[in-house]
Amino acid sequence: MSPLVLAAGGEGFTPPGPEDFWWPIVGSNTSNWTLTRPAVMVLLSVVLIGWFFLAATKRRSLVPGKLQFVGEGIYGFIREGIGRDLIGSKDFRRFLPLLFTQFTLILVNNVFGIIPFVQFPTMSRIGFPIGLTIITYLVFHAVGLRKKGVVGYLKDLVPPGLPSWIVPFIFLLEFVDKFITRPITLSLRLFANMFAGHLLLLVFILGAEHMILDLGPGFKVVGLLSAVLAVVMTFFELLVEVLQAYIFTLLTALYIGGALAEEH
Amino acid sequence: MTGNLNLVGYGLSAIGPGVGIGLIFAAYINGVARQPEARGMLQPIAFLGFALAEALALFGLVLAFVL
Repeated sequence: MSPLVLAAGGEGFTPPGPEDFWWPIVGSNTSNWTLTRPAVMVLLSVVLIGWFFLAATKRRSLVPGKLQFVGEGIYGFIREGIGRDLIGSKDFRRFLPLLFTQFTLILVNNVFGIIPFVQFPTMSRIGFPIGLTIITYLVFHAVGLRKKGVVGYLKDLVPPGLPSWIVPFIFLLEFVDKFITRPITLSLRLFANMFAGHLLLLVFILGAEHMILDLGPGFKVVGLLSAVLAVVMTFFELLVEVLQAYIFTLLTALYIGGALAEEH
Repeated sequence: MTGNLNLVGYGLSAIGPGVGIGLIFAAYINGVARQPEARGMLQPIAFLGFALAEALALFGLVLAFVL
């Protein structure tokens, strides 16, 4: 993107763009094997989650303490609210580890986006959502194929009771949806939400900084407004981040449940 | 002032999903207001619809940067 020069200000202001998401720490700028900031953060999140849930389950008691209460609350939410409701009470148990891991990992990595000093959503690098999506994609097709066999799984794409001339079209539509659209939207949704949210915060904060520090008194007022909006948007981001972790897990459970379902 | 027309196009393309998400949640709120005990069943459906409508806006966002 070309730099946007404000008409009134003498100095140029470079708006934030996709290049603000590239944070190499160790290694060259162009290599494929560069250690980047999100890579360090995803490791940090694994350590944090592991530490938290080990601490929460260390001294289990019938009357839960604070940590145990929070841990059980998150687990119960995934188990009852997502697993049991969407996969069905018969099969949901064996998918709980996957759903629970996805939810906590995405949640912590998303919330990193607004925690001071960390302040970068890991999932705004497309590689991380793609990795998570590949796992979901393999799992829901694998359980469907294992349960119904290749022919049964493909036959199950079309709901029963349709007039025969429409079946090929529906089959094509459903095939494209299940094998192509689903993985693309699943990874893009998480990536684009985090990317757009972080970019929005950058626009407000960098804009406020530029207007307050570099421009005239009229702009200082606008800059202050922009800073206030940045705070409001930070809270909005928290909402979006939690929601996206929920939606990713929800869709994983929904896809698994759909692959396991007997009849439409 | 220079800029990129792609972003104007993205703004226009975001109208549709915006309206769609509004309709989805309006229906969800209506449903819960009429039958509060159906909330648990409606919530995943509402969020699924929200996610699908939102995906369209996100395609627009990605294309705005890619094209």
